[in-house]
Amino acid sequence: MTRGALRTRIRMMLRRRGAIGGAKQGRRERQYWPEVLARPRTPPRVAERGPGAQRLILIRVLGAAAAAAALLVPSAGAAPPGDVARGKHLYGEYCIACHGAAGSGVTHPPSARIGAAPGRAQTQQRRLAPSLRGVGALAADFYLRTGYMPLSRIGIQPRRSRVLFSEAQIRALVAYVASLGPGPPIPRPQPQRGSLSEGLRLFTDHCAGCHQVVAEGGYVTGAVAPPLEQATPTQIAQAVRIGPYVMPTFSRQAISDRRLDSIIAYVQYAKHPDDRGGWALGHIGPVPEGLVAWLIATAALVAVCVVIGERVRRGEG
Amino acid sequence: MIRRLVRALDQRSGSAPFIRKTLRYLFPDHWSFLLGEVALYAFVILVATGVYLTLFYTDGTTDVVYHGSYVPLQGQHMTEAYRSVVNISFSVKAGLLIRQTHHWAADVFVAAITLHMLRVFFTGAYRKPRELTYWLGLTMLLAALLEGYLGYSLADDLLSGMGLAIGNAVALSIPFVGANLGALIWGGPFPGKHEFFARMYVAHVFLLPVLIATLLAVHLLLVALRHHTQFKRGPRETERKIVGVPTFPGQTPRSLGLFFAVAGVLFLLGGLAQINPIWLWGPFHTFSSTNGAQPDWYLGWLIGALRLVPSFDLVIGGYTLVPNPFWGGAAFPLIVFTFLYLWPWLERRWSGDDAFHNLLDRPRDAPGRTAIGVGFFTWVFLVFVAGSADRIDVLFNISYTSQIWAYRVAALAAPPITAFIAYRVCRELQAGEIVERERTRAEREAVAARRGAETA
Amino acid sequence: MARARPKDVLVAALTLLAARLQPGRRRRRMRELTVPAGPPSPGAELLVLGLLAAATICAVAFIVVYALDRLPGQTQLLGLSIGLAFLCIAAAFVVAAKRLVVSEQNEDDYPAEEHPEEQETIGEVVEDSGSRLTRKRLLTLGAAAAGGSLGLALITPAVSLGPVFDTSSFYGTPWRRGRRLVDENGRPYHASEIEESALYTAFPQGADREELGSSVVLVRLPPAALDLPHANAGYAADGIVAYSKICTHAGCAISLYRTPLFPPASPGPPALVCPCHYSTFDPATAGTVLFGPAGRKLPMLPLLIDGRGDLRAAGNFDEPVGPSWWGVRLRGPNP
Repeated sequence: MTRGALRTRIRMMLRRRGAIGGAKQGRRERQYWPEVLARPRTPPRVAERGPGAQRLILIRVLGAAAAAAALLVPSAGAAPPGDVARGKHLYGEYCIACHGAAGSGVTHPPSARIGAAPGRAQTQQRRLAPSLRGVGALAADFYLRTGYMPLSRIGIQPRRSRVLFSEAQIRALVAYVASLGPGPPIPRPQPQRGSLSEGLRLFTDHCAGCHQVVAEGGYVTGAVAPPLEQATPTQIAQAVRIGPYVMPTFSRQAISDRRLDSIIAYVQYAKHPDDRGGWALGHIGPVPEGLVAWLIATAALVAVCVVIGERVRRGEG
Repeated sequence: MIRRLVRALDQRSGSAPFIRKTLRYLFPDHWSFLLGEVALYAFVILVATGVYLTLFYTDGTTDVVYHGSYVPLQGQHMTEAYRSVVNISFSVKAGLLIRQTHHWAADVFVAAITLHMLRVFFTGAYRKPRELTYWLGLTMLLAALLEGYLGYSLADDLLSGMGLAIGNAVALSIPFVGANLGALIWGGPFPGKHEFFARMYVAHVFLLPVLIATLLAVHLLLVALRHHTQFKRGPRETERKIVGVPTFPGQTPRSLGLFFAVAGVLFLLGGLAQINPIWLWGPFHTFSSTNGAQPDWYLGWLIGALRLVPSFDLVIGGYTLVPNPFWGGAAFPLIVFTFLYLWPWLERRWSGDDAFHNLLDRPRDAPGRTAIGVGFFTWVFLVFVAGSADRIDVLFNISYTSQIWAYRVAALAAPPITAFIAYRVCRELQAGEIVERERTRAEREAVAARRGAETA
Repeated sequence: MARARPKDVLVAALTLLAARLQPGRRRRRMRELTVPAGPPSPGAELLVLGLLAAATICAVAFIVVYALDRLPGQTQLLGLSIGLAFLCIAAAFVVAAKRLVVSEQNEDDYPAEEHPEEQETIGEVVEDSGSRLTRKRLLTLGAAAAGGSLGLALITPAVSLGPVFDTSSFYGTPWRRGRRLVDENGRPYHASEIEESALYTAFPQGADREELGSSVVLVRLPPAALDLPHANAGYAADGIVAYSKICTHAGCAISLYRTPLFPPASPGPPALVCPCHYSTFDPATAGTVLFGPAGRKLPMLPLLIDGRGDLRAAGNFDEPVGPSWWGVRLRGPNP
């Protein structure tokens, strides 16, 4: 293992344990913008600390490294982590065509000759995909478990669809993508610790503009913010931290984990909110209400009018 | 016993001749003549449920913190008005039933008026001598639209608050006087909370209901004075002779049955179908909004119009002559209602028909009127449907931007097409009837000739 | 003379009573019917009775459900019971109308189209009444002047409803140079906490948040992406830009921020969108309209970062906030 890779691994572990933190923790490591790619990487925090602190951290790190090494060996009883090698194999089968070797991504505008046509093979499709280096298990797990990936056609909005991979395959892919670079792990939200009323307030402030106040989904120019009925708490936490497609990205600084718990608690509630008034009509208000007013109420009353109005038949007197 | 009662009443009021005339007043027979009654009964339900709601609602705009039984609103800031509506829905027994019945009744009220207006339009019932009745009806429709808008805005929830902001913007967009009018109504710039809510409440609870009730009384009086129009179903109905069912005993159980049917349908909906769950939307703040906010159905034509108008303010120098919302929010309804108000006069000019009419046309018997009406209402309907294009995108993945363009084109291209189709259909139906009549006559003559030949 | 036995008295009394109870039948046979008779329909009567009984049960059920406390779905049960009660009565009436009441189709005259004699008389009454007047036109003019101005005077107090003639309040916002930007809890925004691809809502410290001129959206753009026109040159602070949150089309709050995660395959550049009619504004070019019906760009608030790193306003917006009106381009907001 190179020194750089070891430093990265140490930093990852220390961050997870909260040994280092501060404002830099909020900065995202994603490198999609060409300008950001050009930005120099920050020096590791460990080197900036005093020698005594460094020794303490080293002891902690060695212990953590040993634990991490132990984790790599599948043990009975514990959930097996994904097999990085198997993940690499799967990546080569399904993802490399767009995302490039080792998750490099393809960000340049595509050439003019794209798409299948007579005399042009189907495989010569547009290759356009973000880099996966540093997206971490968080993003990989989200996109694979929701079925957002694989994308059926480049350029369309990723939408929830049937998951084609098995559980083991997903774990393997997630492990591989996580190994491509330091990135956030799969979050473990605790919605039961959240507050419903804070959740409604936060959801209205940050989410309702696109997703609608009862999470029934909505439109934003050029894209659809999907309804959240099928979103699991983990997926909600992941989406908030990623900001998929055109969704804003909310880091821990913008929305803390505790606040995220409240938001998730509210979204869980919004899946089956208080509908004491009766048939909920989709929780989107006047459009279905108007349909019911016309197609059920008015139609019924017109039928009553027809029954009443049919008084005297022709020929009777 | 009845006779004793009637005698006592006649001695004290002298109204026996009037009552006798009323009892035997004739109602021509057709189901479509009952649509106006449906609207009337919906209005009665509105007033009854509305009175109940006023006993629990407060129009206060003081900021309060909620400590009631609905958990997601716990500790949230809201106005007293919003809290009172949440309380009606959660804490007052049968409160939610009455509230929902009231709201469903408003939707059905305007739907019934619309159907009634369409019937009056397409059968020519607005013609001389009934233009005044027709105009009163149109004015009631306008009043009902405003009344409903103010009514659901009184709850001060997120959806209706956004609707009020848009209403304010439309007022502001009126050339020359917009801001002044807005400042007058709202007491300053939006939201103008304190005074404006009190005004909205008085308008909704007193001013507009009294206006509607007065117009309704005159409307019904005029109908009674001139008697109802009728279709020509046989030789007995003429312009001079009315054929129908007397008020008593024939029409009374029918009308009462209709009233109870309206009440039944509205209360059933009020209990079984949730409408305007304001606790789910949350309270209104000027800095909050939600996706998928829509007005009630009868204002859907306005949101469609507002979304279809392309982006431009008409500016001359530094003076903004016509801000954008004016076209969709004010000019469009103005054109629609001006056309409806002027239509009796327009038709008189175009057809040259200035006579009294007590007989109605079937739509096919007036192809010109039917065609123009179909084209006109196609235009309004397409603009109306455009208002929900974003929900169509969310549900069916049809691009919103493409839909907007499609509606822009369709709203202009479709009306002439549907008008033409309606015209052709009317003509074909008329021709078909002539053929049918000739065929029956020929058959009858053939049968008579055969019988004559047999007896001879 | 035989004394009336109690049994006879009873029989006589019952007979008389029975006769009393059916007086109408005898009386009716003796005169012509105003309303024609129709055949009886005992089946229909039974049906009506059944419906009325059902209505009674439903109405009682309503009272019972109301009296019970904390019933699940109480609104539904209440609505069902009272609705069915109404519908049963409605059905009873309709059955009665069709089967228990005679449907006459009577004829009558339409009232006269007009009454020329009365019209003439009315006209004569009015004309003849003016026999003592010599200056009719002048009097009419005087009456019109008095009546018209009285009418105007009576509606003049309506002007007190609001500042009809003073629209200066439409230009006012609480923002001044040096005013801190705070979040919904009153905590000042620090420039370093504003991240790219996220939307923040800010208010002037200490101001009324419901005022249209108060709420502001904050976004951070990479400096290379900013393309502000000359007039808004210094408005950004370290790539952070602020815009009025109130849409210039119809006044809804702009709470949508479209931020492409992967720009090469996205529907457009980062944009602020309004959920009412989807007016879309470009934060990189001082709020120009990219899509939607808005006819005016989004007002931009100049920002500065103070010594502590907090965000403050560097002045007022570059345009008045809120939906457009006739004077919105005549001048800038109150300084």
